[in-house]
Amino acid sequence: MSGAFRIDARRFGEGSFCSRIHWRHGIWLGLAFCGSLAFAHAQSEPAQQSASAISTLVLWMPFILTGFALNLLMSFIAMAVATVLGIGLGLLQISRSRLLQMPAWFVTHLFRNSPWLVILFMVMFLVPFEIRLPGGDILMIPDWVKATFAFSLPVMANISEIVRGAINSIPKGQWESAESLAFTRGQTLRWIILPQCVRRALPPWMNWYALLALATPMASILGVREAVGNAQAAMEAAGARPEFLIPFYLFLLCLFFAYIYPIALWTRKLERKYVVAN
Amino acid sequence: MSLQTNSNTRGASPGWSPDMPIISIRDVHKSFGALEVLKGVSLDVRKGEVICIIGPSGSGKSTLIRCINGLNDIQKGSITVAGQEVNDPKLDLLALRRKVGIVFQQYNLFPHKTALQNVMMAPVLVLKEPKKEVEERARALIAKVRLQGKEDAYPGELSGGQQQRVAIARSLAMRPDVMLFDEVTAALDPETVKEVLLAIKELAAEGMTCILVTHEMGFAREVADQVYFTDRGVIVEHGPPDQFFTKANDPRTRQFLSQIL
Repeated sequence: MSGAFRIDARRFGEGSFCSRIHWRHGIWLGLAFCGSLAFAHAQSEPAQQSASAISTLVLWMPFILTGFALNLLMSFIAMAVATVLGIGLGLLQISRSRLLQMPAWFVTHLFRNSPWLVILFMVMFLVPFEIRLPGGDILMIPDWVKATFAFSLPVMANISEIVRGAINSIPKGQWESAESLAFTRGQTLRWIILPQCVRRALPPWMNWYALLALATPMASILGVREAVGNAQAAMEAAGARPEFLIPFYLFLLCLFFAYIYPIALWTRKLERKYVVAN
Repeated sequence: MSLQTNSNTRGASPGWSPDMPIISIRDVHKSFGALEVLKGVSLDVRKGEVICIIGPSGSGKSTLIRCINGLNDIQKGSITVAGQEVNDPKLDLLALRRKVGIVFQQYNLFPHKTALQNVMMAPVLVLKEPKKEVEERARALIAKVRLQGKEDAYPGELSGGQQQRVAIARSLAMRPDVMLFDEVTAALDPETVKEVLLAIKELAAEGMTCILVTHEMGFAREVADQVYFTDRGVIVEHGPPDQFFTKANDPRTRQFLSQIL
């Protein structure tokens, strides 16, 4: 086994993304948002009967929230795909056959160490926008589906490492006692090792979900109509007024914070439980 | 009720009969890299015999019994269990491990399963025996090691001695012909050592073939049919406990005993 990667519970507890989010950050964000609204109000010329930042935001809110729904949809699908592929890849990484282990290691580290944006562009250009089905029909692949697939790749690679690390962190005695009870390697994994991994892998898995959800606005670069892209379009439509920039973006930050914070809380709770249990 | 011994030894080789040694170890050599841990060990164990292996740490005791059920492979020599050659590349490991149970120093119970589930798992999942039958047997085994009422406790909720007794029951659930005990009391609090030794003593009294690596000299003296002393990868001497503990011949044995007794 090359390089013993161990899940250090305490390190996860202190260093994970989710463990660094605090409710105070939410307060600051909210205050900054309110401040920016006031600032935008002061900036606009009173002579012009122009709409205030807040009324513009309220007007475009449904449009932005529809976009946000797509962010969530992309994050759910990408996470599901990443989890299935990542577990498979992680299991291949601990395979005793070098023929399986080496490619799995390569794929894992390729996607783990590539910038997400590069992966996004790569998938956008490599995956065709339509597929000709055998029946002669044409299947269109919308951009948001391609982006979702692109986001799932780096998360898949990280889940692969989480799975490998969790399996390696199970004491060797578990394997030995299973072996002496005539369990095969596959049975040992299925019935004894993997069930014990779930608890250890859950907090880092949720951590990656949070990071994934926060990364989905990247898709706006490629014209996917998600929250950030829609907010930009809304500002454009409202006359591209520069004083709207800050309130709109701060609103987006608040939106994402409101979604991520409960996830972070829950992750932190699990992390603490895991540390205590050990 | 005899829970652990079969009237016939399962999977015995055609050339083997019950009056021959059930375990036969011949000139076994085992190295970990450059370190030779076993340097030509031979011993025989007959059915129903209780063997204690004692000796200084690092003398190869644990390695030797781990070789018997194939957890460690050997480089030279032969080990047969009921006529089945352990070192045979075509060895049916499943058959071997059904015949030979092992209990470890660190218990190694499955922490995500209750005591009862720990005992039931292998017979149900590996041997594919009917669940109801296995549960009955498992409950009887847990009662036998005096853990009635702890069936639904998780290993984390049990003391070391209790966990070790669950581990013994778990091994017995496979109905082995031979039980190996690898320093099973070494990690225990002194007050729980007794209950584990009692379980083993009862097992031995019922006729289970047992091989124990142990530092419990009083226990070895009481239950063993033969005591083996190993030092630096060889068996220095062996004999029935009365003779071994009082009239040891080899100076190394005498020195070891004087330090420990």
